[in-house]
Amino acid sequence: MSFPLLTATAALPAVGAIATAAVPAARRTAAKWLALVVSLATLVLAAVIGFRFEPGGARYQFTESHAWIRDFGVRYELGVDGIAVALVALTALLIPFVILAGWHDADPLETGSRRWRPTQGFFALILAVEAMVIISFEAMDVFVFYIFFEAMLIPMYFLIGGFGDRAHEHGEEAASTQRSYAAVKFLLYNLVGGLIMLAAVIGLYVQAGTFSLPEIVQARANGSLHMATGTERWLFLGFFFAFAVKAPLWPLHTWLPNAMGEATAPVAVLITAVVDKVGTFAMLRFCLQLFPEASKWATPVILVLALISIVYGALLAVGQRDIKRLVAYASISHFGFIILGIFAMTSQGQSGATLYMVNHGISTAALMLVAGFLISRRGSRLIADYGGVQKVAPVLAGTFLIGSLATLSLPGLAPFVSEFLVLVGTFVRHPAIGIIATFGIVLAALYTLVLYQRTMTGPVKPQVAEMPDLRVRELLVVAPLIVLLIFLGVYPKPVADIVNPAVKQTMSDVHQTDPKPEVEAVK
Amino acid sequence: MSTAAVHSLWTTAADPISRIQAPKIEYGQLSPTLIVIGAALVGVLIEAFVPRASRYYAQVFVSVVALAAAFAAVVALAADGYGTTKAHIAAMGAIAVDGPSLFLQGTILLAGLLGVFTFAERRLDPAAHGNRVDSFAAQAASVPGSESEKAAMKAGFTTTEAFPLLLFAVGGMLVFPSANDLLTLFVALEVFSLPLYLLCALARRKRLMSQEAAVKYFLLGAFASAFTLFGIAMLYGYAGSVSYARIAQVVEGTVTNVDPALANTMGNDVLLLIGAAMIAMGLLFKVAAVPFHMWTPDVYQGAPTPVTGFMAAATKVAAFGALLRLLYVVLPGLRWDWRPVMWAVAIVTMLGGAIVAITQTDIKRMLAYSSIAHAGFILAGVIATTRDGVSSVLFYLAAYSFVTIGAFAVVTLVRDAGGEATHLSKWAGLGRRSPLVAAVFAVFLLAFAGIPLTSGFAGKFAVFKAAAEGGATPLVVIGVISSAIAAFFYVRVIVLMFFSEPRPEGPTVAVPSPLTMTAIGVGVAVTLALGVAPQYFLDLASQAGVFVR
Repeated sequence: MSFPLLTATAALPAVGAIATAAVPAARRTAAKWLALVVSLATLVLAAVIGFRFEPGGARYQFTESHAWIRDFGVRYELGVDGIAVALVALTALLIPFVILAGWHDADPLETGSRRWRPTQGFFALILAVEAMVIISFEAMDVFVFYIFFEAMLIPMYFLIGGFGDRAHEHGEEAASTQRSYAAVKFLLYNLVGGLIMLAAVIGLYVQAGTFSLPEIVQARANGSLHMATGTERWLFLGFFFAFAVKAPLWPLHTWLPNAMGEATAPVAVLITAVVDKVGTFAMLRFCLQLFPEASKWATPVILVLALISIVYGALLAVGQRDIKRLVAYASISHFGFIILGIFAMTSQGQSGATLYMVNHGISTAALMLVAGFLISRRGSRLIADYGGVQKVAPVLAGTFLIGSLATLSLPGLAPFVSEFLVLVGTFVRHPAIGIIATFGIVLAALYTLVLYQRTMTGPVKPQVAEMPDLRVRELLVVAPLIVLLIFLGVYPKPVADIVNPAVKQTMSDVHQTDPKPEVEAVK
Repeated sequence: MSTAAVHSLWTTAADPISRIQAPKIEYGQLSPTLIVIGAALVGVLIEAFVPRASRYYAQVFVSVVALAAAFAAVVALAADGYGTTKAHIAAMGAIAVDGPSLFLQGTILLAGLLGVFTFAERRLDPAAHGNRVDSFAAQAASVPGSESEKAAMKAGFTTTEAFPLLLFAVGGMLVFPSANDLLTLFVALEVFSLPLYLLCALARRKRLMSQEAAVKYFLLGAFASAFTLFGIAMLYGYAGSVSYARIAQVVEGTVTNVDPALANTMGNDVLLLIGAAMIAMGLLFKVAAVPFHMWTPDVYQGAPTPVTGFMAAATKVAAFGALLRLLYVVLPGLRWDWRPVMWAVAIVTMLGGAIVAITQTDIKRMLAYSSIAHAGFILAGVIATTRDGVSSVLFYLAAYSFVTIGAFAVVTLVRDAGGEATHLSKWAGLGRRSPLVAAVFAVFLLAFAGIPLTSGFAGKFAVFKAAAEGGATPLVVIGVISSAIAAFFYVRVIVLMFFSEPRPEGPTVAVPSPLTMTAIGVGVAVTLALGVAPQYFLDLASQAGVFVR
């Protein structure tokens, strides 16, 4: 038996989380370093997976399969296709930056007993989330996926509710109330989604008699597993609902601005750049593959909802007064693009959507983390409290600008490639929807540039005058992300090569082929 | 061993004495019950003859040894194959020794053992007049607030009778799910109910509330027992026998010889339906299903918390065991009549428990309503009427009882000057003061909520899967919705513990003795083990899923 690389990638942060939590209360710095080292080691493992993955090889690679809960028909089955490899790599890549950016976010306040160890808890929870996210990207068994899809809510919930920005415009009491409101809202939305999915998971088992994704897909393809149309649609809706809450898709998105607004910037990155990707990933892997007919049936409605997300998220982002909520609404708009790409049912669209997941993760991380550094300096999340920062802290302003430009998909930066692919993929099948979606880009230019203009340019506000520029630790967070954004913007081939074969497979599972534009042209 | 033996015992009483055979009793197979009842009797003798100072130690010792020995006996019987291949009906048709019996008996005994540990805790309350005290009244007979109560407290009295009472209750609970005729069922019901009524009245603090709870429980319980007894009489009139097997045969119409004395009533479906409904009512009262749940919040709140924990876990196990046997062994032929009723009961129980729990401000009452909601989930598994249904219910009960005892044990630790601080507002910021206790309680709450990687999820998944396979998809959907509602109030407590600022005058967390620590530790360990690797226990439950008929 070969080395269980996939298990190791998830187990390492899990063990690291326990070890970090066990560090004695006084050794806070040791806990931070331990968490950082563990996350870097995980990144190394993820890189090994990335390099050893053969894009032209078997569909699922590095597979592992062990008996787990026989009575439920559950096997511990892991395997990655190109899409999963890209997302595992993204997760492993972002966590060290999240940890580094949140280095001082959880230093203990005055209250609490000597046994109160928020710092250890903070970093342990981040690693726990990483472990669960990675294993849900790798799971080939629907039940295994479901377990970690649900379980990751708990550490995430504590991260949102337990740790917030130090300074708050309405005082610590109000901040604490708003934080727990946001955490509960996050948990309840996702839990309801998950529980509805649970009913569908059970229903799927009653239909199929197994939880193994490849087995079910094969049985459906060769006709040995027949589902009634109505049943398939109900099951699809059960799965899709959970993923649409997680992704989040309009109108199930309302938890995201609260959660991202109240959480610290690194946790907000964890939510939008890492955890939410499980939702869009699962649409590709589970909704499309398990329920191809129902997916096609639901496509028109989902495309419209995605379109609403794009435009509505962008419009609300324009109107935000709070930097973090602005990024949250921008993310809703971007998730609309991802879902649009997935359900456009073209290979450009789905490749674009997968690339979009990776690029959005990196670009949002860059923008949000710099925004977090900015907020921690001034102690306010309100855009109106800033002005003229570029004169005082030029490096901070410069990195903020690059993050903003990536968010509006400037050509030459990574998100442009994916957004272009999504739009092309959508346009060849649904021209009208493609055209409307393009307005999302225009609005994105509006909200990011206005944000930059209001905070960074203009006369220097008195409270900003003393603002220090980025420190070494902060530069270490931002610089690699910006290098990646530029590199993948100029040369996206490495990621695209890994992703494309998996997308072709998924397309063939849904019995879809790309429309032939030249035939249309002749007509 | 004829199945009609008991029947003949009851109908031939007028015959000459020479015709009554000496009963043949398989003492070895009944040893778990006999050990526990015997130890309870020893406990009564200890109360009478052992000096007051050493009673506590003697009682704890006897109880622990007896429950452990009885558990060993259950394991030995199961290893001997009495749960599977050698399953049969013992004691002249009165007791079934089969998989479900042994599984539930083992669960009840372990719950009882952990219950003894929490009963025996004497480090939580500050010592009164130099004597260590437990959760029970100094002298149950003294009027609250009277001189005699003060005198009893000053003298350092403790109610060590609690231990034999617990053993009697456990003894009755062991028989309840394995009873194979209606009279044994009724006797077992009374044997475990009466000690519980008494235990509820024994709280050291808030005695009036405790006594009120006991009276309420007793009155409503007596009502339920009366209904059960009336139902038994009707079923006897219908079938001419109290034996499960015989009644089942009559229901299915395979018996044609009519008892001449009962010629007017035998085979009368009105008697069958009303009788079965009344017995089911009695059992649904014990499992706290809506609309027979009214007693639950008051009793759970008023009773001493260790008693609440024990009662919440063990009673539910025993009563669901009896309900399963009644529905699967006696009334399978009536399935089309009772299933719609049980559907309705399960739906209102799930939704009712979950919705009303939201408004609760007392942690014990909240857990009471949560236990009602859980009864609804278990009923969903009962309704499946498949072998998977039985084993999923068995697994759920085992998982649930450990979580419950652990959770109530944690409740005993959080105290202020007035005893346990059960009002939810006092739990604010507990996570800051005592991260470990708060984390442990959070684990129990997450298990109640059915979050994956805890035993609660495995149990919930098992019953919902069984229900879905049994064709009860709407029940699964409603179960999922009530889980979502229930999650709200479990999460609210977690928010309170971890995200709220501690109050300056808030409660302190007492450091318990190793006894309570063991109870809580076992609870956490089982909760996580059954969540991560439930296969062994699922196997056990699925082997135990067949009733002997």
